[in-house]
Order: sequence, then structure tokens, then C-alpha cells
Amino acid sequence: MKHALRNPLALIGFSIIAAILLLALIAPWIAPYDPNAINVKAILLAPETNHWMGTDGLGRDVLSRMLYGGRISLLVGFVAVGIATLIGIVLGAVAGFYRGWVDTVIMRTVDVMLSIPTFFLILAVIAFLTPSIWNIMIVIGLTSWMGVTRLVRAEFLSLRNREFVLAAQALGAKDARLIFTHLLPNSLTPIIVSSILGIASAVLVESGLSFLGLGVQAPQASWGNILTDGKEYIQFAWWLSLFPGLAILLTVLGYNLLGDGLRDAYNPRSNQN
Amino acid sequence: MLKYLLKRFFWMIPLLVGISLISFMIMHLAPGDITSSEASFNPKASEESRQKLRELYSLDKPVIVQYSLWMKRMATLNFGTSFASHQRPVFWQTKDKDGNVTLGMIQEALPITLLINVLSLILIIAIALPLGVISALKQNQLADRVITLFVFIGFAIPGFWLALMLMYWTGVQHNWLPISGLQSLGHEHLHWLGKTLDTLKHLALPVFISAITGLAGIALFVRNGMLEVLHQDYITTARSKGLNEHRVVYGHALRNALLPLITIFGLSIPGLIGGSVIAESIFAIPGMGKLFYDAVLMRDFPVIMGILTIGALLTLIGNLVADVAYAWADPRVRRGVMQ
Repeated sequence: MKHALRNPLALIGFSIIAAILLLALIAPWIAPYDPNAINVKAILLAPETNHWMGTDGLGRDVLSRMLYGGRISLLVGFVAVGIATLIGIVLGAVAGFYRGWVDTVIMRTVDVMLSIPTFFLILAVIAFLTPSIWNIMIVIGLTSWMGVTRLVRAEFLSLRNREFVLAAQALGAKDARLIFTHLLPNSLTPIIVSSILGIASAVLVESGLSFLGLGVQAPQASWGNILTDGKEYIQFAWWLSLFPGLAILLTVLGYNLLGDGLRDAYNPRSNQN
Repeated sequence: MLKYLLKRFFWMIPLLVGISLISFMIMHLAPGDITSSEASFNPKASEESRQKLRELYSLDKPVIVQYSLWMKRMATLNFGTSFASHQRPVFWQTKDKDGNVTLGMIQEALPITLLINVLSLILIIAIALPLGVISALKQNQLADRVITLFVFIGFAIPGFWLALMLMYWTGVQHNWLPISGLQSLGHEHLHWLGKTLDTLKHLALPVFISAITGLAGIALFVRNGMLEVLHQDYITTARSKGLNEHRVVYGHALRNALLPLITIFGLSIPGLIGGSVIAESIFAIPGMGKLFYDAVLMRDFPVIMGILTIGALLTLIGNLVADVAYAWADPRVRRGVMQ
């Protein structure tokens, strides 16, 4: 990590993410207004000293909604990627360690999942369930584990016949011990990199779903559904569209910079010369 | 080559079975059966429409029978008729007994989405290729840094936000481009050239948005591919035998760096098709994405299942074409040297 943060881009990414996480964490203490408080006397105010990011069509303070919305967007990103990573590690480890028919079944399932357009898959599942923040997290998680699975399997396949693993095996280590103390710890870096990049795309997917009205439901704020309001008032209230879009852009940029920087730091080959 | 083609073709069969299984599982995700969930979303859903759903998917039959019937629907591409749009056939046109033809919903929407995606792929190639090559040749110099920054922003920018901003800027503020639909009022009175121009103007923003979101990945890919190839021995050989740099880069390096791009285009098809939902619903383009979005909002299950399946089939076909093109371009692949 220390090594990685010497990469300037990774450091920028890390700072962006740290700042956004901090703001989201302390949102209840720093938000100037209740994010859902409707104020008919302050509808569609442009940014000013009382409302730094203006107000929306119901007179709600956009800054407060942005702060609370950030909590939702980041939470969805974390939980969805957590689910995906967990599934990916288990399936990838089993496939790469045991090989044979289990491997074939798991990898064919990955191929099948990859051949269905992900956004269609997510929308179809949501059509059959009700859109809610929990369903969104689960659905994004359940439709994005394929990359991690492939990655973990590839790592396991290449580590499986290395001498330290064979030595442990010769000493009588059980499968579980081989997997958890030898193979998994040595595959952690690529898993972490792919999770960080995964959060970036989960944040994008969540905001897209919320923008379409199929994600986080009103009155709960998320960056995506603030933008939905922004679309409605785009002719009169630029601030409703500008700020949530910038927030999503910055967050995704931050995660991508951090993930990419980490990868370069641990894989010097990718930035040689 | 023929052997490779056959092998590659039969490889699709287990994938098709898998797709039918997953789509069948999605259909049965809803608590209870889908008839009750439809009712709970839409209080107006009558007993009649619930009955129709039950008939369409034979929900009163045992699960295994339901699944085999669903497989049959997929195999014959017969997804029934839409609930929301006056019983229109979901996939392909039907003729009633008086000889009146009703066009299928996917039949109408698919060409539009394909057109947008083909145009945006052309735009992606036209922009990403030079960017990637320049970035690789000027590695770690100013041009490379600027392009890399551009690539990162391209990765991070939410397509729907960009669409909104451009729509406001070009359509609302300056009135340069139309912001919704495919045709202006009075389109049918135009000369064919005028018609084409009118449609192209309507397509400009959606195509641009979908290109921007796909561009970053391709540019980065070309850059890394070029860098890798430029460090290989045969390039050193080419240089040391005195070839000028131009020949080395464009004659020797670029060709090999571009090969994997064929696969990447194949792999990006599901993303492009899926991505059409947001762009098409913002600009009210009547393609697959908008059709799917509307179907999801109305819980029009036959349309949802039809588009899901067709989307997956398109992806499989796209990957097949990409693999075959790769094998055609690189003899090592079809001889089984590289997998």
C-alpha cells in the first residue's frame, strides 16, 4: 500500500475516495438541513450562502441530499462488490483448486452469465422483484462476480504447482489449509485491485438504475435520483444536474485511479520503461 | 478452418442451454408466481391478464414441463404477444386471417439499436485507435499523460449525465440538435436525402454518448497492446535491419497490436446493448433499450423475456463472429497453437 501510494495517480485517487468517504460518514453532523425536509418557500433556489448547492423542486437542500445520497451510493458499491467478491473467491478457488468437472461447470456458468447483457439482466431481475436499496445491492452483486471468479481461478491455477504449495502439500497440509494459508493470501492483491475497480462500476450502475427510477426510491436520496429531478428541471436549475453528476464522476474516477495505481505498483511489468 | 468453425459453433449449445436456465430462473424469482407479483405492482391487473400470464408460461403445469416449454419458445423465438401494447407479437410479425400483418416489437426496435451501435463502433475506432497509438509512441510524455487523463475521465463519466448535459447544451440552449425521437415533424414529406439527414441528426447525440462511454477502454487497450508489441524481439529486429520507424510502427507493430481488438469488440457487445437502455430512454429513441425499459416499467413480462433472450443471442453471435474473424486474421489460432 505504501509502495502504491508513491504513484501520484494512486495517491490522488486515494485522497478523493478518503474525502468522499469521510463526508459520507459524518453527513448527519455536517448536513445543514434535513435531506427530506420540504420547504415550499425555497423552491429551486440557485446556489447561495444558505444553500451552497441550491434547492430542488420541493425546496429540499441539495447539499444535504448530496451528502446523504453519497452514503447510499457508497454503501451500495461496498455491499454489492462484497457479495460479488465473496462469490468470486469461493467459485474461483474451487474451480482453480479442484479443476476437473467442477472447474468446467463453474467456468461454463461464467460464460453463460457473461453472454447476457448485464444491464438487461439487472433490469429484468428488478422487474420481477421490487426496486429497493437491498434488492439493488444483491442484484448488482449477483450479476458481477464473473470477473473475480476468473481472476481467482487463474491465480490458483498458476500458484497451485509452485514449490511452496507442493512443499506444504507434501508435509500433509489439508486442502483447506492449502487454500486459506497458502493460495488465497498470495492472490489477495489482484482480488483487492479488482474489488476497487468493481466498486467504481457498481456506483455507476446504481446511479444509472436510480436515475431510471428503478434503483433507490424517493424520498431517500441517491446521486442517481437527484439527477432524475435534475432532468426534469434542466431548463431552470442547472445545479440539480451538475453536482450529482460531478460527485459520481469524482467517485468513480477516484476508485479507478486507486485501483489502477495499485495494480501498477504490484505489477511493475505493466508500467515498465 | 472448417473444423475450427464447427467446433466453435457447437460450443454455443451448452451456453444456449445455460441462458435458457438462467432466464427461466429469473421468471420464477418473484415470490409466489409471477401472476401474483404482477398484481401487486399493478392493482389494475385483471384476473384476465393474470390468466393470460398463466397460460403463456403454463404456470399450472409441473416445473419441468414449464421449462421444456420455455426452451421450445426460445428455440422457435416465439415469445408470445405483449400485454401492454395491444397484443403485438414480441419478436416477429404475424399475419391474421384477413392477411393483415402486425410487425413484431423487437423486429422494429432491433435495427435501430444495431444502427446506433454500429455507428458508435465506427466512431470509437476512428477516435480510440489514433489516441492509443499516439499514447504508446509518446509513452510518459505530455501527450500520453493528457490522453491517459482523458481515458480515466471517459471511464468515470456517467453516460446518462453526459447525455443530459449535452442535451441541454446542444438541444435546449442552442437548438443545434433535436433532443428526442428519430424523426422530426414533417419527416415523411422530405426527400430521401433529407430523411437520411434528419435521422442522422437525431442519432448524433445518442451515438456520441454511446461512443464516449466505450471509447476509453478501447484507447487504453490499443495503448497497452502497442507497448507490449513494441518491446518484442521482432520489432527490435525490424529496427536493427534499418527499417524506418514509420514502417516499423505501422507495418509491423500496429497489425499485431490490433489483433486482440477483434476479441474486445466481441466482448463489448453485451455492454453496448445493455448500455442502450439509458441513452435510448433519455433521447426517446424507439430501440431495444427503450423497449426494454418501458417493458420493465409496465411489467410486460413477455417483452422482458423476449429481449433478454434476444440480447443474449446477439452477444453469442457477436462473440462467434469475433472469434471467427480472429481465427481468419491469425493463423496461429485456427491451428490450435494459441487458445
